[in-house]
Order: sequence, then C-alpha cells, then structure tokens
Amino acid sequence: MRGPSAMPSTRYTLVTGVAALAVLATGCAGAGGGGSDSGAKSINVLMVGNPQMEDIAKLTKDTFTKDTGIKVNFTILPENELRDKVTQDIATKAGQYDVATIGAYEVPVWEKSGWLHELGSYADKDKSFDEADLLKPMVQSLSGSDGKLYALPFYGESSFLMYNKDVMKAKGITVPERPTWQQIADIAAKVDGAEPGMKGICLRGLAGWGELGAPLTSVVNTFGGTWFTKDWKAQVNSPAFKKATNFYVDLVKKHGESGAAQAGFTECLNAMSQKKVAMWYDATSAAGSLEDPASSKIAGHVGYAYAPTVETKSSGWLWSWAWAMPKTTKKADAASKFMLWASSKKYEQLVGEKLGWARVPAGKRASTYDIPQYQKAAGSFGDLTLKSIEGADPANPGVQPRPTVGIQYVAIPEFQDLGTKVTQEISAAIAGKTTVDKALDDGQKLAEEVAKNYQK
Amino acid sequence: MTTLTAPPKTAPPPAGHRSPSGVSKWRRRIPLLPALIFTIVVTQLPFVATLVISTFQWNILRPGDRHFTGLSNYAFVFTDERLRAAVLNTVVLTASVVLISVLLGLGLAMLLDRRFIGRGLARTLLIAPFLVMPVAASLLWKHAIYNPDYGLLNGTLNAVYRLFGASNGPTVDWISSYPMPAVVVSLVWQWTPFMMLILLAGLQSQPGDVLEAARMDGAGAMATFRYITLPHLRQYLELGILLGTIYVVQTFDAVYTITQGGPGSQTTNLPYEIYLTMFRKYEYGQAAAAGVVVVLGSIVIATFALRTIASLFREEVSR
Repeated sequence: MRGPSAMPSTRYTLVTGVAALAVLATGCAGAGGGGSDSGAKSINVLMVGNPQMEDIAKLTKDTFTKDTGIKVNFTILPENELRDKVTQDIATKAGQYDVATIGAYEVPVWEKSGWLHELGSYADKDKSFDEADLLKPMVQSLSGSDGKLYALPFYGESSFLMYNKDVMKAKGITVPERPTWQQIADIAAKVDGAEPGMKGICLRGLAGWGELGAPLTSVVNTFGGTWFTKDWKAQVNSPAFKKATNFYVDLVKKHGESGAAQAGFTECLNAMSQKKVAMWYDATSAAGSLEDPASSKIAGHVGYAYAPTVETKSSGWLWSWAWAMPKTTKKADAASKFMLWASSKKYEQLVGEKLGWARVPAGKRASTYDIPQYQKAAGSFGDLTLKSIEGADPANPGVQPRPTVGIQYVAIPEFQDLGTKVTQEISAAIAGKTTVDKALDDGQKLAEEVAKNYQK
Repeated sequence: MTTLTAPPKTAPPPAGHRSPSGVSKWRRRIPLLPALIFTIVVTQLPFVATLVISTFQWNILRPGDRHFTGLSNYAFVFTDERLRAAVLNTVVLTASVVLISVLLGLGLAMLLDRRFIGRGLARTLLIAPFLVMPVAASLLWKHAIYNPDYGLLNGTLNAVYRLFGASNGPTVDWISSYPMPAVVVSLVWQWTPFMMLILLAGLQSQPGDVLEAARMDGAGAMATFRYITLPHLRQYLELGILLGTIYVVQTFDAVYTITQGGPGSQTTNLPYEIYLTMFRKYEYGQAAAAGVVVVLGSIVIATFALRTIASLFREEVSR
C-alpha cells in the first residue's frame, strides 16, 4: 500500500537515499583515510547545490580541516529538495545535520519556532570575524525578533536591471541609472524586435513564491501595494496591488519573452545570454553568469541599472544564503568554527587566490568591494550590486509599515503555500487563461484565511 | 490473486477434522512467519500511519499545534475547490491518455502483426518511448519539442512557412496555450508502446484457422476485424485500459516538469496537488487524507483490473 501519494514518497526516498549514500561515502572515506581524527570532530553540513557551495566543498579539506582537525561531511541538494529535506530534518528534530544553508525567508520563521541556535555570541567572540563589516540589510534579514543573529551570511544579492548595451546603442536609447517602471515599459516597446526574434524584456512568469513571486512582489512594493498591512489585513486585491500586477502582466504579455508563463530565473538567464531579450530585471547574482564568455553571447556588452521604481526610493529585493545551526546539534563548537570560517574575509581571499576573484561569494561584506582584485573582476556590476544591497530596506520596503521583515516575500510559514497558489493564478493570467482581477480576487480569499491566524 | 479465482467446488472438510490438521499446518507455517510479519510491517504499517495522520491537524511548520481533529481533513478534501478541480483534471488526463494510446497502440499492433522486412527493428524502435525514464521524457518534450524559441514544433512550423516564402512562422507558446493537450500528448507518446505490446500479444494469439475460415467464407478485412479480431481482443483491451489507468492516475513527473500544474491549476492533478499540500503547505493531515482518498479510488480501479486479469487467466486455462 502506498503512503500519502506516489510521487512525494518516491521523491522522499530518493532524497534520503542520496543523503544516506553521501553519509556512507564520507563515512568510508573517514575510516579509510586519516583514522587519527576523533569521531567527535566531524560535522555534517547540508547545502544547496549552487556554484559557491560546490567551491567550498572542494576547498574545505586542504584548508579548514587541515588547520582545525574538524572533518566536514557535505551533502549537496538542489534548492527545492534542500528545502524539503532541511524542513523535515529540523521540524521533526531528526538532528542529522549540524549546519544547514537556509535563506533569508526561513530565518525569522524558524527562529520563532525555536529551531535555530543563536549565533551572535559566537561571532562576537571571534575578533577576526569582524561582525561590523557585514552589510546591514543582511544582518537585519538574518536576525530574529530578539535582535540576535541566527544565521551567518555566505553570499547575498539584491535585484537590478540588466540590458543589452549594443541594442540600446543601435536604437539610440540611454537607460537611466535609476529608471522608473514607466520608462522601462517604454524602452521595452522600442527595443522589441530590435533583432529578429528579440523581445523587449524578460520577467519571470513561472509560478512559485520564489520564482514569479519575487520580482512581482518587488514591483508591488514600489507601486504602493503590500500583501498584508501591519495589523494583518490582506491587501491582495487592493487597487495598488492590482495596478502593479496588471502592469507586470501587460508588460510581459506585450513585450516579454516567448513562453513567459513557463520562464523562471534559468529561462530568463538563457534568453538574455542568447540575445533573445534586450533587458532583464532579476537577481544581481545573475551578472556573474552573464559576464562569463563560456556560456554567454553578450559577455562584456551588458549594462546595469538600479531596480526600476514608482513610488519608493529603491525597489531591489534582498536575499542571502546563510549558515544556520539547528538546535538539535551536539557539536555546536565545531559547527560554529566552520560557519565563522566560511563567512570570513579569510575564506573570500582563499577563493579569490585559488579559484579566481569572480567566484568570491560576495554581497555580504563591505570589505569585499575594497579588494582591488575583486573590483577588477566585477568591474561593471560590483559597485551597483553593493549599492543595491545597501539600499534595500527589508523592514520597510514599501510605502506602508509591514507585519514582518522581508522584501520579496512575507516571512510567515504559510507564505510558501499562499505565494505559490497566487502566483499560479497570475501565471495563468500571463498565459491568457484568466484575468488579473480574477486571479487577485481569488488570492485575496486565500490571504484572508492566512491572516486569520495572526489577527488579534 | 488466488482470492479472486472462483471458489473450489468441493465441499469444505467437516469442522471436527480441522483442528489437528490446522495445528500441523501452522507448525509448518512458522518458519514463514518472520517474512509475513516483515511484509506486513513494510507494506501495511505505513498505510495505517497515514490513516492515523489523516485524522490530525498537523502542520510541521507550527510545532506544538498538533491535535486530533477527527474527520475534518476529509471534509476539507471533499469540499476544497482546488482538490475538486484536481480530481476533474486527473479524470480528464487519465481518460484521454488511456483512450488515445489504446487506439494508437491498436493501430500500431495491427501493422506490426503483418510480416515485413525489418519488423523486429520497427518493434524495438516503437517500444523505445516506454523505456525512457518519465522525468527524462518530460524534459525532452518540454525543451526539445514544445519550447517556443528552439523547440522542434515551432522549428518545423517556421521551416514550412519559409518554404512558402514567409520570413518567419508564428511563435506558438504550446505549453501555455494548450497545457492539458501538451501533457496528454507527451504521456500518450510514453504509453502507446505499452498498449501496443499488450494488443500485439493478443493479435498474435489469434488462431490462424479461424481467420482462414473467415476468409473462406468471403468476409472482407473490415468484417473480419469487426466480428472476429475485436471480440478476441476484448480482454486484452480491458487489461491495457485498466493497467494504464492505474499508472496514469499517479502521473507526477510530466505535470511537475512540463507545466508545474499550470497555468493556474489547469493541469494540477491529484498527485501534484498532494505534493503541494505536503511540501509547500506542510499540512501533513490534509495531505494524508487526500492520499487515503486516492488510495481508496485506486483500490476500486485495481479490483476491476485484477478481476479482468483473473478472467483472462481462467480463459487461457479453459482453452
């Protein structure tokens, strides 16, 4: 007999299977290899499978383990599987992992559930860590309601506008450094079809709170909308939210990438680097890939501008992948040593020297942007990235006070579900299967249900 | 399966004689008991656990708020608008995939039933789609075929338009414009070989003398097919339809990969909706209740399937 359903259970077995294999493999390596290191001095780390994480998995053995004698067993999973796995592990208190990478969305939610170890005191004790160097919005988004730090940032990002400089030049258009959304819509109309098959702009249309939900919410913020008011009144079908969503959907429908309802971050990165679109509004961390000549046809020809605004001063989002320690760990000291090292200046230097400066996990420390080698490697986008992150205000990203801290999401457990369902409907509106008004009226009902859990 | 075959005609032994033989029977069975217990533990306990969980209000993101709610999760399952839409989508998806692939499979099986040079190769090639892993097949359809920029469909359209002098064909966004057909076609591609195999086995088991007799009596090809082949194939068709239905109801890979259940929830079927409940909403109770309902539905279908198989075997034996 099957469990709740066919697929989740096979997925889950697959994930646990992979994890078990990884544990087994590293266990064997330990038994065969050193033999001298004591069992207590090894920690299990669960990470998302991004390039920066693969780098640290490669570098740890010859540096961190050599210096401290602490063996680190890494498990690397794709983002969705990681979320499933880490949520299960922490929420059920299985205690398999001593360190896990989580994002800015999870920190406040999990801190409130009492799942995370406080990390500020470890950071304070380590003078070389230089806590004051961490960018303020990062610290803010990774702190709990008590003001203490619950995760250490590994790298961070905001959002900005990327554009094809050649196309703009050919059309005689200057993209302002701080554009408004209206200006961007006008430019998108002008550059649509500038080259055969080229569209004006790429904006994510793929359903998901972390896909379409992220850029859309940043647009909603700057149009004056919000998901919830400070006293938890749902605002999903309020005039500002509707205006913003209609603008977004119209822009994508008229001048957006082909197959927009199925296009997420990866599809847009593809479209931009293969010259299928002239502009792209998305994460600052995308710039590194766009400037890589091995995969991008427009490397060296990309211009950058701040996230477009309407009513707010800035509108870039804020995200970071950060190290957190579940409360269930029995190796807090060893785990904290690893986290402090992985987020340190020393580690950034190490990556720069061993793997190249463009691969430094940036966006979390002010000092990164003073390193001459990094300035050279990230010349065209580094400065704008730093300023976008510094300009982001996770506590106050719109025109009205918010009930939770966070820009492109609402930091409550229900948002994964709410955001996914509402963006599904908006994605359908982009595909022309429903209207924005209908999508948001339905979304309002879902949001009102969620709000009931918080209203006093 | 044995439980479904016809009961033995012989009368049961009188009750009085049973107990000594029963004891010795059980003694003989003792070495097998660990295996039986193991089987029960690994197959039935998870389901019992699911049944128990389905009566709880349990969201793992809200620790400390787990409590018994009786049947309210089931009430939710039967009243939730999204779940009802998911049931409808599941029915549409399953019915169209199974029927279309049975028809196509029948056509291909008829062609393969004739002798021609390279028949073995053709058969192998036709079976191939069934051997491709479902996720790989879905990715193939999503990217290599449906993609509006570099997919095969639009590429072909453009080539045809260019043949007639136009500079570029229309850019059709297949997945967004025709979400359900897009999923159905990819699944039909996967399941047609399965139906073809079953029906081919049926065709090849057709007795040659009957066909010859029909020909002697002057029956045309259509009449032979209508009055002889089709009745003979009936049970094979039923088997194909029922087995296909059991598997296609559980489709997850194609929906997850090609459309993500969208646009909106136009292609969200039950397994995908349960996945969302489990891994986006983390409502274990609701997901378990929905799972139990699906299992009950599947049992109903499976019972019919097993009956068909049983009757098939009975006929084979009696023949």
